[in-house]
Amino acid sequence: MKKWLGFAAAIALSLAIVPTVIGSASAADKLKVGFIYVGPVGDHGWTYQHDQGRLAVENKFGDQVETTFVEKVAEGPDAERAIERLARKGAKLIFTTSFGYMEPTLKVASRFPDVKFEHATGYKQADNVATYSSRFYEGRYIIGQIAAKMSKTGVAGYIGSFPIPEVVRGINAFMLGAQSVNPDFKLKIVWVNSWFDPGKEADAAKVLIGQGADIISQHTDSTAPLQIAGENGVYAFGQASDMIAFAPKTQLTSIVDDWSSYYITRTQAVIDGTWKSGDTWGGIKDLMVGMAPYTNMPADVKAEAEATTAKIVSGEFHPFQGPITKQDGSVAAKEGETVAIGDMLGMNWYVKGIDDQLPN
Amino acid sequence: MGGTEAIILTIITASTPLLLAAIGELVTERSGVLNLGVEGMMVMGAVCGFGAAYTTGSPYLGILAGIAGGMFMAFMFAVMTQTLATNQVATGLALTLLGLGLSGLIGESFVGLPGAKLEQISIPFLSTIPFIGPILFGQDILVYISIALVFATTYVLFKTRVGLIIRSVGDNHNSAHALGYNVIAVRYACILFGGACSGLSGAYLSLAYTPQWIENMTAGRGWIALALVVFSTWLPKRLAIGAYLFGAVWIMGLYVQAQGFGIPSQFLSSLPYLVTIIALVIISGNKTLTRVNTPACIGQTFVPDR
Repeated sequence: MKKWLGFAAAIALSLAIVPTVIGSASAADKLKVGFIYVGPVGDHGWTYQHDQGRLAVENKFGDQVETTFVEKVAEGPDAERAIERLARKGAKLIFTTSFGYMEPTLKVASRFPDVKFEHATGYKQADNVATYSSRFYEGRYIIGQIAAKMSKTGVAGYIGSFPIPEVVRGINAFMLGAQSVNPDFKLKIVWVNSWFDPGKEADAAKVLIGQGADIISQHTDSTAPLQIAGENGVYAFGQASDMIAFAPKTQLTSIVDDWSSYYITRTQAVIDGTWKSGDTWGGIKDLMVGMAPYTNMPADVKAEAEATTAKIVSGEFHPFQGPITKQDGSVAAKEGETVAIGDMLGMNWYVKGIDDQLPN
Repeated sequence: MGGTEAIILTIITASTPLLLAAIGELVTERSGVLNLGVEGMMVMGAVCGFGAAYTTGSPYLGILAGIAGGMFMAFMFAVMTQTLATNQVATGLALTLLGLGLSGLIGESFVGLPGAKLEQISIPFLSTIPFIGPILFGQDILVYISIALVFATTYVLFKTRVGLIIRSVGDNHNSAHALGYNVIAVRYACILFGGACSGLSGAYLSLAYTPQWIENMTAGRGWIALALVVFSTWLPKRLAIGAYLFGAVWIMGLYVQAQGFGIPSQFLSSLPYLVTIIALVIISGNKTLTRVNTPACIGQTFVPDR
């Protein structure tokens, strides 16, 4: 009797399994693409733009792909579980969209050799892990130029998140752009030690405006600083997405992250079976960095901004081309050279003309 | 806008949400209930406040909606912890998680929309006095409410019969019950008051501080408010001092950075916490007074036996 029961149970089990196998067979025709986000999709900044990229992939490929995302995943060991879960659920291409996911991504990737991984803003690759980032500093140079043209006091306020190379590079590019117009331009820098704290970012903007900055630039993710600038009639630049709605009369432009072309290209590569690991660092030319419309400025300033944009796109000009002197007086790049790639990626110095000290 | 005046105005805006949320939690804790869900109630207040203000165009309706949002969350907490006698710490933490998630869901369609700013009240003549005018007479209504609440709660808690009942429920719920007071009902009321204040604080963030809705925009202010309550030894006036001290050091940290003195920003960011804790520990040095003011039954579940 017991044997019979076991036999019946085995049949029942195998019957139960059959439909699921068929189900997953039809789903296998679709490429599953997974995304891991550090913030909420609704931050209207960094994560929001990545999600726009995901939606672009869905729009482009329709039924060929199925995308999923996990949001608000803490950086560090916790991320490993989230990434692994996506891989186990059958995702064949996974984008991990924050710097702190570097080690977790590599770890999971070693366990899933047939899954392709893409890690944003990192520097470690593997056979199935590619890295990608954007040359946001190109945009920062342009807004620095605009800032120096538009400022009356000759002082800009800069709200930074953390003193990491990415942000320091942005500050330097901004300053180099400003110095190309006004060599005596001054920069006041406030670090809020957070990527996302609307209240604190707003406070920083208020403090900077109170101290005579008449241009506000930010390297944090919320729309708050721009809104405060708008309320006070101070010119400012948006971050990550076009934030004109928050300061219709004072947003000059905005550096827009555009991941859609990259995500579409990479998804296509997986579908075609041509995906290869590597490092992509795309700029305005590659459509990975966009500039929101130049608004609230006179025609000549706009024309110059457009001219600089065109020169960067054509490769005629590089924001970090020499001569560039560091704050301590040493040479970062000689005439006719650009700052070395290693120095670019690990930038931990200010250019000459910034009065502040870089926090360690 | 002069430099000093601008700084003081910024300090007031930075301190007000902390004070509003903390004063509500103070009353809740005085009745013997520890609600760790302040952050969740605040963020619900923020999203409801913004949503109502955006759809109706009236920031004042937004304030009411913010209060309602906070109270809705507090009501769930009260049902769980008082009627169903669940663990307060666990329920409070769950309330925070629920609030953060639910607000994100509700607020999905409000992301990226600039809202109308709650206007400042300007009293004729008085608000045009240089320096003092804008600081004392040119604030928005929530700033005045927060100050009024400090005095009102001090008065009610320590000078009225209602306050005596609240404190007795918080200090010894068995005795209060034996005397015939309805412990559960008192705690319900105090939890709801706490929710209303947290909701108000959230509404302040999304209507006055940064008039917009962004997910998770409270960014941990609920936890700071909770800490302020403990360090103020449950006294409203000390709480006000603590909140303003925290706000002042917070803003001065940013100010000093912008001056470029080269003090590490990480240190400046942690300074408000340090200074506030040290200052409040010093002013509450009197141990007997501290013990008297600590609600003895805090966090304990009360189940009436008859």
